[in-house]
Amino acid sequence: MPANTLASLHIGETATIVSIHAEEALHQRLLALGFRTGKQIELIRKASFSGPLQVRIGTTDIMLRRTEAAKIKVSKP
Amino acid sequence: MKRIALIGMPNTGKSTLFNRMTGGSARVGNWPGITVELLSGKILLGGDMVEIIDLPGIYDLHGYSDDEQVVRHFLHDNVPDLTLVILNATQIERQMSLLLQLKQLNMNIVVLLNMSDEAKKFGITIDCAKMAEMLGLPIFLLTGKYGMGYQEAMHAITNALRYRTPGMAEELRSQLEQDEHIEREMARLMKHAVQVPSRLPDNLTERLDKLMLHPLLGLPIFFAIMYLLFQGIFLFGQPMQIGIAAGFGWLHDSVLAPTLTGLPTPLQGLLLDGIYNGVGTVAAFVPIIVLFFLFMAIIEDSGYLSRAAFLMDALMAKLGLDGRGFVMLLMGFGCNVPALMGTRVMRSRAMRLLTMLVIPFSLCSARLQVFVFITAALFSPQAAPLVLFSLYLFSFGAAILTALLFKNKFKNSEPFVLELPPYRFPTLRQMWLRGWHEVTHFLRRATQFIIAGVVLVWLLTHIPFSAVPASSDTLSGMIGDWLHPLFAPIGITPELTIALIFGFVAKEIVIGSLAVIYGLSGNALGGALAHQLDWVQAYSFMLFTLIYTPCLSTIATLKSESKDNAFMLFSIFWSLGLAWLLSLLFYQGARFLGY
Repeated sequence: MPANTLASLHIGETATIVSIHAEEALHQRLLALGFRTGKQIELIRKASFSGPLQVRIGTTDIMLRRTEAAKIKVSKP
Repeated sequence: MKRIALIGMPNTGKSTLFNRMTGGSARVGNWPGITVELLSGKILLGGDMVEIIDLPGIYDLHGYSDDEQVVRHFLHDNVPDLTLVILNATQIERQMSLLLQLKQLNMNIVVLLNMSDEAKKFGITIDCAKMAEMLGLPIFLLTGKYGMGYQEAMHAITNALRYRTPGMAEELRSQLEQDEHIEREMARLMKHAVQVPSRLPDNLTERLDKLMLHPLLGLPIFFAIMYLLFQGIFLFGQPMQIGIAAGFGWLHDSVLAPTLTGLPTPLQGLLLDGIYNGVGTVAAFVPIIVLFFLFMAIIEDSGYLSRAAFLMDALMAKLGLDGRGFVMLLMGFGCNVPALMGTRVMRSRAMRLLTMLVIPFSLCSARLQVFVFITAALFSPQAAPLVLFSLYLFSFGAAILTALLFKNKFKNSEPFVLELPPYRFPTLRQMWLRGWHEVTHFLRRATQFIIAGVVLVWLLTHIPFSAVPASSDTLSGMIGDWLHPLFAPIGITPELTIALIFGFVAKEIVIGSLAVIYGLSGNALGGALAHQLDWVQAYSFMLFTLIYTPCLSTIATLKSESKDNAFMLFSIFWSLGLAWLLSLLFYQGARFLGY
């Protein structure tokens, strides 16, 4: 299984969260927004000029910076 | 085979400990009662093989998130012989609840306080023996990284496994059944009354986002919306402001002035020109604040604010700010006061303070009045627009410089992860409530501060009462003379210094104060200024006016929003210092080049 991160997904791709390697504050925030191991996550779009990403977990749309997305390991189906 | 379950909140070092115990022999396996796979490993402990299971990290044993249900179902269907509860010692006060919930189930428990070395660094001391005694449970301190205390703990685990707890399984099940009842009820309700499609249809939000967050069109649309908002606030706000000013003027001329004629002149002046004008100054902000928050409520409640943050974040992140800060900065070009109040949408205090430090450099409409008057008096009609434009550039420049200089001082620790809510129509009621709430907030917090400031400036420009108001014989004139060595190098005359003292209260009264100081008004005042100043002096004066403290209301808002006098003073002195430095650089530079 190749080690992909959320930041390396292409627009429109769906993947499964494998693990989250984030510091405490970010981890808590991600958990509260529904980032959990085993959840499906879809990359909706990327902002211009290396701006943040828009992702979707279930029915929730979330934006996060690419540096933070790189801390989330995902596996493509 | 005996079973040991590992339970703890997320990020307690539970998985690290699991790996250490099993030595990497873990396998993924299925368990009765649950649909997800769990990691488990078999190890030799005290002569017997035991199985260790790593359960998902949970916050609450009785919660209904997926992971919480998994843990409950596992415990119900696979009662462990021993439960290892791992707590993060650095967050002991938050983590204790889970331990007590588990203890209530009367399970066989050994408690491991992990990261005790980190806790020590935070100054947290935990009396292990005392806690063990109070809980009636064995407790061990572990240092996750160095493995201290591990041997002792394993020894205790081996011992604890030897003694069975009679009737444990039955009791545990009956206790967990209550939660299961709620789960079933929830599932039944969701099944019959709620339908969630596995993939959301291409709905309105999705289609709107395609346009609003378009890679090329997104930013132009954002700026267009901001421009409309801006225009909207002033299109509706200015007539209201003028109306309020007229109302106050009428009350002044036809009611208050006649009734107070009996009083001595200085007292009359203090009451009317000091306190009453202070109240008027405060009141003039009311329509702008109501409108600003009305429009902000639309932007925020509609869900567009987080989209704006999405669009602008790439740039703002470099300045140590986030996309929401940009919206406030732009709003500051209308009026700094509501923009400062608007920073409340940010949760991180450091970022809020940095944004509040930057906003006062936004060239607000009051400052624009000063600049329009002076450019019209001293520059040709061809040069005037360029001069105004350059001032806007200086405004942005000062904001960017300040953010870059202080982004490490106000280091934002909050990760930028925001929900993008679906677009919604804001309700009228919500909008009005918001506007009204903010106005009362502003009035309550700022009134006394602003009136005190206005009275102070009135006193400065009128004492001694024998002197001509605002002339060089008054206190303000003396301060102007006294400050002259400081202002001469930047080309600002003593008369203009007095105007700057007035400008501290509000930029709207700068031109008015110049009229009083020179005893002229309108075109005549413009002519006098053009006669006395050259363009380099005038531009230096405008630069100073642009960058030093916007107005008393802004200071009052900085104080009330930050609840930190030191921060307010820091903001005042930084802007004064920067204003002086920039004016000095400009004035001396221009003179050096021969202008």
